[in-house]
Amino acid sequence: MPDELKPVKVSEIVKDITKSFDSSITTAWYSNLLGFLSGSKSFYVLLIISGIVVFVSAMAGANAVNIGYRHAYGLSREVVFGILISTYIFFAVTSTGISIVSSIGHVFGVKDFMPIAMRSVFLAVATLFAGFTVIFLDIENPFRMAIYNAISPNLTSNIWWMGTLYGAKLVFLAIEFILLLIAYNKLAMYAGLLGLLSGVAAISNLGAVFGMLHGREFWYGPYIPIYLITSAIASGCAAIIFFTYLGYKVNNEMMDKPMQRAMEVVGKLCTLMVAIIMFFTAWKIITGFVAAPGKVEAIKAMLSGPYSFNFWVFEVSLGMVIPFILLLWSKGKNINMMFTASTLMIIGIFIMRYDLVVVGQIVPSYHELGVNEYPSILTYRPSFYEIMVVLGGMGIVAVSFLIGERVFKGHKSEIH
Amino acid sequence: MKFPKLDLENLKKENSDSVSMVERREFLKIGLVITGVFAGGTILSAISNMNKVYASLEEAAEKYPYKPHYSMMIRQNRCIDCERCMEACIITNDVPEYGYRTMILQRDVPDAIGQKREFIPVLCNQCNNPPCVRACPVKATYKDKQNGIVMVNYKKCIGCKVCVMACPYNARYFNEEKHSIDKCNFCFDTRLSKGEKLTACAAACPAGVRIFGDLSEPDSEVYKLVHQIEKPVWVIRPEVGAKPNVFYMKG
Repeated sequence: MPDELKPVKVSEIVKDITKSFDSSITTAWYSNLLGFLSGSKSFYVLLIISGIVVFVSAMAGANAVNIGYRHAYGLSREVVFGILISTYIFFAVTSTGISIVSSIGHVFGVKDFMPIAMRSVFLAVATLFAGFTVIFLDIENPFRMAIYNAISPNLTSNIWWMGTLYGAKLVFLAIEFILLLIAYNKLAMYAGLLGLLSGVAAISNLGAVFGMLHGREFWYGPYIPIYLITSAIASGCAAIIFFTYLGYKVNNEMMDKPMQRAMEVVGKLCTLMVAIIMFFTAWKIITGFVAAPGKVEAIKAMLSGPYSFNFWVFEVSLGMVIPFILLLWSKGKNINMMFTASTLMIIGIFIMRYDLVVVGQIVPSYHELGVNEYPSILTYRPSFYEIMVVLGGMGIVAVSFLIGERVFKGHKSEIH
Repeated sequence: MKFPKLDLENLKKENSDSVSMVERREFLKIGLVITGVFAGGTILSAISNMNKVYASLEEAAEKYPYKPHYSMMIRQNRCIDCERCMEACIITNDVPEYGYRTMILQRDVPDAIGQKREFIPVLCNQCNNPPCVRACPVKATYKDKQNGIVMVNYKKCIGCKVCVMACPYNARYFNEEKHSIDKCNFCFDTRLSKGEKLTACAAACPAGVRIFGDLSEPDSEVYKLVHQIEKPVWVIRPEVGAKPNVFYMKG
């Protein structure tokens, strides 16, 4: 019987996990710890900076809870979703994207994608955790959520599906990572598959949270649930290139041939996805011109109004056009150029999520009545507290990434 | 080319003398409805709007699924913006200064002839197809099975605010004191459940703007106003398809 077809007993897995705390593997972990402690100076500087960011943000977040979100955040009755929701979307979508891209290797067996698997699973957990932390500081009663999500589910609500599926994804990813560490690759593959499916379903529902609001013309329709999946793959590619590059810098190592090849294929996938997103964006704008009056107003605000800088500079230039040119130019070989492209993309995509959330709300509900209360589009500006919480989310990813690189020694566990 | 020969001499006389009184009345009614389009400004006529909300007037009459089916008719042009309804609402329902359950919007029409400003009272439309209820992840907001009021269970609300986004009528806000989303519930807990017949705003209005009642009851004033066709009746944002239970008319 081939190895991968052997039935696996749960008791054996438990035994293996306990074994991992035993002598030999414990020694390995101990040496990992020593390796962590023997990091370079710049590594510690980065780690301390990120740690301070997380700490200060945590204090700001606690203060925001204390004084009440109405006072701490720049939100209003009309603009209720701000930068915290968009940042949550940014992290959640990136996490799913990382899962999708890495699953091509460790779930579907495409060899070229294998070397990125371990780091990707780790990053998917870290980014999702950061996203959850940010949204935790946006929801007014997060503890009630845990209770009533379970005992009073509304199956027609996209938020319910999104929350539940993301919760499931986090669990599957964590299980997958542990299984990969103890080299239970076959089972890890199944956990990865479940994580992937729940992640894609979750992200689609996240899009539907907006796409199914029939009172909101800017979002309504199947566009966002579909767009977010494609967009996630682009985000995932960018994040993988970005963090793999930095990972090798942090560990002061050179990429070997398989890793270079992995970067090449991820880069090419990224180019394709950016091209698709360009089409998505172009048609969103073009159809927006012949839409309901509310949507036309919002599209105008993006093209030539208060959000035009965000749109043209961040979304179009940094998020799509420049990375697309750089990625094509690099041919998947010039890793420095690809790193630049991925960095620009991450910045551009962050603003893309922000605009998606905020521009959908700037046209007031009673806009078409022509009343004095809502003469023009609404404004929203993130407050100091909101920005701190966003930085905290980024700090969480940075700290997790840095510690992960050391503890798991550049995520080099081989997957066969 | 041959033209048909017209026997002009022997054609039946068809001037206004031959039109019956009933026919005249019907014709004038149509005229009133059509002119209502212009009187209502941006808003369409009664027939077209009722058709957007319900398939037909008959269907509307049949499909009042709740008993009592609470509803409100707002006779818009009677509103003088005295804001007693808002005051009564705040006192009755303990509404904080940063929120509101009902509001009076103002619309200026500078090039209008005569009156140049009108007031539009707004509140939760207690929709038959409420977008907020569908969106809530934990069923904290729900449509009351008996009377159709969109309620909030303050203890369940997780404060994700997606219902605020979903509402086409800007009727919801987060109440810090209640740690929950708060909204108009037609004063159900504060008045109706205690035997009162009217909401606080309807009772406080000195101009008879807010006609509150049971739409499933053909004798009620709100039923009569919704089902007449002399004056146009409309709802706000019918295109959303939420099927609101707050109607508007002038006169």
